[in-house]
Amino acid sequence: MDLSYGSQYEAFRQQTRAFIEAHRHLAPQDLRFDREKTPVWQKLLIDNGYAARSIPKQYGGFGAEPDILKTRIIAEEFARAQVSPGMGGQGIAYLVPMLLDMGTEEQKQRFIPPTLRGEITWCEGYSEPNAGSDLASLTTSAVLDGNEWVVNGQKIWTSTAESADWMFCLVRSEPDAPKHQGLSFLLFSMRTEGIRVRPLGTMTGDSHFNEVFFTNVRLPQDQIVGRRGQGWEVANAVLLHERDNLGDPDATLLRFNALVDLMKRETVDGVRVLDNPVFRDRLMKIQGAVMAMRFNDLRLLSAKLNHKDASLAAMIVKLQGTELRHELEGLAIDALGELGILYGDGPHLRAGGSWQFMYMLYLGLIIGGGTAQIQKNIISERGLGMPREPKLKT
Amino acid sequence: MEFGLSKEQTLLQDSVARYLDRHAPLERVRRYADDNEPRAQDVWDGLCDLGIPGMLICEEHGGIGLSVLDAALVSEILGSRVAPAAFVASAVMVPLAIAWAGSKEQQSRWLEPLAAGRVLAGAAVSEAAEARHDDAVRWDGSKLHGKALFALDFNADVYLVADHNRALYLVDAAAPGLERTQLSTIDKTRRFGELIFNGAPAELLPLSSDREVCSRVLDAGRIMLAADTLGAAQTMLNRAVEYSKQRVQFGRAIGSFQAVKHMCAEMAAELEPCRAMMWYAAYAFESIPAEAQLTTCHTKAHISEVGTFVARTATEVHGGIGFTDELGLHLWFKRIGANRQLLGGPQSLREEAARIQQLA
Ligand SMILES: Cc1cc2nc3c(=O)[nH]c(=O)nc-3n(C[C@H](O)[C@H](O)[C@H](O)COP(=O)(O)OP(=O)(O)OC[C@H]3O[C@@H](n4cnc5c(N)ncnc54)[C@H](O)[C@@H]3O)c2cc1C
Repeated sequence: MDLSYGSQYEAFRQQTRAFIEAHRHLAPQDLRFDREKTPVWQKLLIDNGYAARSIPKQYGGFGAEPDILKTRIIAEEFARAQVSPGMGGQGIAYLVPMLLDMGTEEQKQRFIPPTLRGEITWCEGYSEPNAGSDLASLTTSAVLDGNEWVVNGQKIWTSTAESADWMFCLVRSEPDAPKHQGLSFLLFSMRTEGIRVRPLGTMTGDSHFNEVFFTNVRLPQDQIVGRRGQGWEVANAVLLHERDNLGDPDATLLRFNALVDLMKRETVDGVRVLDNPVFRDRLMKIQGAVMAMRFNDLRLLSAKLNHKDASLAAMIVKLQGTELRHELEGLAIDALGELGILYGDGPHLRAGGSWQFMYMLYLGLIIGGGTAQIQKNIISERGLGMPREPKLKT
Repeated sequence: MEFGLSKEQTLLQDSVARYLDRHAPLERVRRYADDNEPRAQDVWDGLCDLGIPGMLICEEHGGIGLSVLDAALVSEILGSRVAPAAFVASAVMVPLAIAWAGSKEQQSRWLEPLAAGRVLAGAAVSEAAEARHDDAVRWDGSKLHGKALFALDFNADVYLVADHNRALYLVDAAAPGLERTQLSTIDKTRRFGELIFNGAPAELLPLSSDREVCSRVLDAGRIMLAADTLGAAQTMLNRAVEYSKQRVQFGRAIGSFQAVKHMCAEMAAELEPCRAMMWYAAYAFESIPAEAQLTTCHTKAHISEVGTFVARTATEVHGGIGFTDELGLHLWFKRIGANRQLLGGPQSLREEAARIQQLA
């Protein structure tokens, strides 16, 4: 056991803090994409090694040696200061790491630099009306016509499709191959002719996702990642990065601290909510669970650093992290009593309505990215080695 | 940076596990549980050969001077095998109390025999965590009066006792004026008892006038109990998974039914972070003083809750046989149940956690 990062890393931490303090006035305030401020901030972060840190220079990154601890320190310090750590989203967080592993040299040079700079934003076109949890049964087709792919079909629940510049998309290109071997992973611009996007309202009131319809969408043959029929493998590489991103315990800790403040401020009949022992016990119960997830995360960091296996500890993060966050947001709503139903602009609203918003959003995240039930299938089958569901003969 | 177990720590766990598998298998545990023998002397002797009783005692006094984390790792293994052995008090709480608060003379007199396992020590400090009714122990300047419930490692030669001011004393088991009654509990794999003091002579640990000492001793015990639950719960989960692969109903292994798989996945998802939590709490206890108290309270509370969930669910996975005595699964269920209540249940630990942060 040695929880210190070492003096060289402490110096790096100080340097990171100093950078944040000197530049925080330039950071976008809102987490949403801001066409003006966000790219400028993103460039500043990359130039100084606080974003895209270990992505090679020739692909528009900072080009430092990969260093898990430095990446971690950057995340910790930006979170602590509550300053935007630069852009995330499907492109930067999920697609780029996969492209670095599996893309061609030409694809890396073409797509990674503008993605990192925020000039290309992406959406993820996997789910279809009849292919959700059973993603591999998807039917959107891609047929090679000369040296172009022609795509027909429909995607659904596609987050940010309404604003994204490009899509990475899983399609069926080999209709005669077995289910998992018939897919390909294509990249195309959302401005391509034949694409129609229809936003879907969600329970939060924001439109987070869309239906996307493809009618004879044509794209060059080489806009495929991996080989024909290798799409399932490529998509899974992306999903790995996606699940890593859901249920982050440090974000949950910040939210927990906000919940404590809320319970100190709010009163019922002149008594602070915090002083109600039932509420206090629920709060402490959540704090215990948050702690467990943070220490689990520390274990994962260390395992990565020291090349040790902690696969079960990693497998449970999406399930536990999103459930815990949903429960935490729900406690805040209970602590607010009737005030908890306020939503949208208006008097008496607390924290801009973010408790209700997050409560609902996290229900979405319990479902999205592989539902809780699918996570449990994975944990039991791959983590505990339990027998697979017998397949129905079709 | 390394947040994980060292090679030595893994070896330590392996060697205790191997020893117990060979010399304290389920039949041996059952014999202890059913016959009400005061001590499983053979099991204890083997643990002494491994140096377990002296693991936290410094070399100068004949121990091996390991860390609280090492002790917690051993506790985890003892829990995983529901070992019928003294540990929490005799190897952890009492040696630590004497090392922290005893005089030089007391240290030389007590630590060596404790390290060798020639003397077994119990701990009656529950009242410092949560006194029921008017249970309390008072010191009149030369003798102890009153009552202490749930002495841990009850069949001992000497007891560590906390009075109502949290000062700590050592009392010889044979002292005049000390009445001992073993209590019948759900957990037959360890012995718990009541101590009644009718003017019993005792020796004060002089530095325990600092009330912190008693709190630290309690916390050390809590970490050990949490680790014991972690080990016991992991065994229950493993056994549920194994059983589910073998038991066939409707022509297929019950482990292929999703309801069963999801019960197991939920157990794993709850239990796996508890491992990191136990490591952290045990490590912080000695190395991160600012976080030690809070993480201890939360760790014991959280692992107790998860333990209860696993104990219930793993039993359910076994169906009717889980409820019977056949598999002995209930020994683990009860061990987890006892650990949960001892030295502060989840609710009172969470309230303590709130107080530590000035939230209560
Ligand atoms: C907020 C949000 C954002 C999303 N963003 C995107 C995106 O950007 N791109 C994209 O492609 N998709 C996206 N999705 C879609 C998401 O991946 C799917 O919703 C998810 O995989 C579930 O598929 P489904 O909605 O078809 O539900 P279904 O698969 O129909 O599931 C319905 C219910 O059945 C259960 N179920 C299904 N199969 C099993 C099984 N084998 N065992 C046990 N239970 C089962 C599920 O757990 C669920 O409870 C998003 C979803 C949400 C909520």
